[in-house]
Amino acid sequence: MKPMPFRYVAPSDLEAALVAMHDHGDEVKALAGGQSLGPLLNLRLASPSVLVDLRRVDELAGEPVIDGEFVRIGAMTTDADVERSGVVATECPLLAEALPFVAHRTIRNRGTVGGSLAHADPAAEVPAVAMAAGAELLVRSVRGSRTIPVQEFFTGYFTTTLAPDELLVDVRFPRGGRNSGSAWAEFAPRNGDFAIVGVAVMLQIDADGAISSANVVCAGVADRPWCATAAASALLGQPPGQDLFAEAAALASRDCTPQDDLMASAGYRKQLVALLTSRALAGAAARLEER
Amino acid sequence: MWEPSEQVAISVTVNGHGYQRFVPARMTAADFLREYLDLTGTHLGCEHGVCGACTILLDGRTARSCILYAPQLDGATVTTVEGLEPEPGTQHPIQEAFRRCHGLQCGFCTPGFLLTVFEYLREEHAPDEACIRDALSGNICRCTGYQGIVDAVREADRMWTR
Repeated sequence: MKPMPFRYVAPSDLEAALVAMHDHGDEVKALAGGQSLGPLLNLRLASPSVLVDLRRVDELAGEPVIDGEFVRIGAMTTDADVERSGVVATECPLLAEALPFVAHRTIRNRGTVGGSLAHADPAAEVPAVAMAAGAELLVRSVRGSRTIPVQEFFTGYFTTTLAPDELLVDVRFPRGGRNSGSAWAEFAPRNGDFAIVGVAVMLQIDADGAISSANVVCAGVADRPWCATAAASALLGQPPGQDLFAEAAALASRDCTPQDDLMASAGYRKQLVALLTSRALAGAAARLEER
Repeated sequence: MWEPSEQVAISVTVNGHGYQRFVPARMTAADFLREYLDLTGTHLGCEHGVCGACTILLDGRTARSCILYAPQLDGATVTTVEGLEPEPGTQHPIQEAFRRCHGLQCGFCTPGFLLTVFEYLREEHAPDEACIRDALSGNICRCTGYQGIVDAVREADRMWTR
């Protein structure tokens, strides 16, 4: 199918882009990599009057860089560039581990980290990873800038707290310290398909070998990335171990409330949560041992 | 120039030739290549980015041309399947491998596969079957059952000196 007609502009800097976003009110959509927006346009599930293409806004892209305790990733940085980044591999291994599961190479060549966050597909990898990592999002408009903790960013299916005229500028991921281990596990019907369920785990241990902090976040079980808070709480103060992980996985499965849909029943998703949480916890513990 | 418009002027290099055209903003890159430049080797399958038949190289990397819009080609370098031939009328080693290994039947998915394989083998050498299948998982074929395609990729890996 072909998209509805739209007007197109490709501003050459961030200020011009913000003005364009503001001038066209509710009728505007920002075009990043287009790997999610393109299908929506072609299937006429979205019909903005104006497309603001961010391809020329150099301030939004570039190599991921270390910024104090964070790694800063420009919103227009492609998944492929983030996947290849040595900084990300070292400092944000959870993101590096999850990205190869995003669709296919060709999609990752153009899809962007910022675009995935702004698109807010509840089954997507990047939003769940950002939640598990406790990322911060820098957002700008002509009215100013604000920093949004990722925990406040996702509000529903494909919905975020971004105002219609705001642009996500960059994302800051906390750097994984020496005492942290993380893992991503997902199940999709075929390589590269949307995950039915995905689980991101971030663990930290203290000097005595006990888990001092834990994040367990699931994709595909709610209208946004879902935090398995009871599962995470059960891990605190305990040394990593198979029995502990099985208990946490059972809690995550118990507490999530997925819906039946065309891809899977709620019960199947709950089973996947248990299996993948176990797998991800084991993976994170293995990384802890490697450090 | 900074007002949004429904018609956009673009300047693009395709298979080594420069083109300047005035394009509808909503025209996909795939339709631009097929309708405006008569390069019909790029095929339309799903028109929403999942089948891979429309795959081209954009600035050296594979891209789904059905979810690219023609204005996004301004200033870009594109290679379509027509641009794979090393000399006019010859075949790229990957194309030769597909021919030898029965990597196509109707040929509809083939241009997308060729460009995906081109990008893959440019970087990978002597991949095993599991890796090949993973790399090709974004391209859908209705005819072959994929084994001939996998064989063609292995053959291309042997034949293509990069």
